[in-house]
Amino acid sequence: MATALSRLALLQPRSLDDALRRLRDEGPLVPLAGGTDLYVAFHFGTVSARRFLDLQGLRDLRGIRRRGESLVIGALATYTDLIRSPLVRRRLPILAEASRWVGSPQIQNRGTIGGNIANASPAGDALPVLAVAEATVLLGSVDGERRVPFSSFYTGYRQTVMRPDELIVAVEIPPVEGRQWFRKVGTRAAQAISKVVMAAVRAPRPRIALGSVAPTVVRVPRTEAVLAGGGTLAEAQAVLMDEIQPIDDLRSTAAYRRRVSANLLAQFWSDTARPR
Amino acid sequence: MRFVLNGKRADVAAPPLKRLLDVLREDCGLAGTKEGCGEGECGACTVLVDGAPVNSCLVPFAHVRGRKVTTIEGLRGRLPETFVREGGTQCGICTPGVLMAAAALGPRPTSARVREALAGNLCRCTGYAGIVRALAGSRAAPHPRVGAARGRRS
Repeated sequence: MATALSRLALLQPRSLDDALRRLRDEGPLVPLAGGTDLYVAFHFGTVSARRFLDLQGLRDLRGIRRRGESLVIGALATYTDLIRSPLVRRRLPILAEASRWVGSPQIQNRGTIGGNIANASPAGDALPVLAVAEATVLLGSVDGERRVPFSSFYTGYRQTVMRPDELIVAVEIPPVEGRQWFRKVGTRAAQAISKVVMAAVRAPRPRIALGSVAPTVVRVPRTEAVLAGGGTLAEAQAVLMDEIQPIDDLRSTAAYRRRVSANLLAQFWSDTARPR
Repeated sequence: MRFVLNGKRADVAAPPLKRLLDVLREDCGLAGTKEGCGEGECGACTVLVDGAPVNSCLVPFAHVRGRKVTTIEGLRGRLPETFVREGGTQCGICTPGVLMAAAALGPRPTSARVREALAGNLCRCTGYAGIVRALAGSRAAPHPRVGAARGRRS
């Protein structure tokens, strides 16, 4: 264990209000939800923070429910919660599907949707789903709630619009019209960080989002426009390969990621060719 | 801090962010839970929290307050014998984690379900065939029924 955990402080707020007050008055604090990212960073000794805010006891961050036409998923919902939720399976089945591809059952039992958003990895498996669902991130602070469209939540590699005194409270998902599609490509089925991950919705204006091909999870509006305008699949593939900006890293190469992204686009297009 | 360990009430003083894995091994004297990778990849440290398998190397001790923790020392049933018979154990480091991950399966699981339940457990001896054979369709399928740990160590 590279980080001496016994010397770190954990604040345990009694309520969401208490947590938000402490974030403002006693910061800087790093929120701790399921710990599946934070403890890996502890292991590698890459955490400089000394003080942490435990979210585990905050009931206001739990639950998956309907609010009007929308689905509201509390930040502490685990991947297992998402897989099992009848509401998620009915309204956004690709979120349940993406959750099944996260890590392993052990990770799915601990990792949370709020943590996946906050960790801001371009490879986060649930994030392309939130992008095509045009989700809204609900941020809490002592000043009240701030609603940020998912498409403008990330500003760069591992950078978000969140202030240090803000907490992800929930994510709100409007009804999604059209056929949903998801696929993750990794080295193996389980315990793999994606080489490319894609979520898409087949609708008159198709929606397509990818992970691990740019500094953040991205929608590809130019590719979507080609398909919406009746362009051919080959045209859309060419645009897609130009629109994404993958890199070479230890998991894969830029060239492989471009090729696979184009292949996934073709698979999405043929899998969803006829309405179910 | 109070929690339930293998069916018995426990009260342990340890730092809140200490890994559950280290609390079990160092503070509770239960060395059956193994550390493999320390980063949630290998599953060797799998224990049950309220019946659900988790990597104890990624769980802060504070998160088991008031919860039921089950380790390999608390697992009951005939599965260990089945593992021996089917060659499910080779070097043994992955075995406690494999058994705890499998504990979430019901009786007589299919081999497909076994493989999915064990997706997060790596066997460095690559002895998966014996492990799956021992678990799939097994009458002795593990179950999270627990008794008090009786100082069984491995």
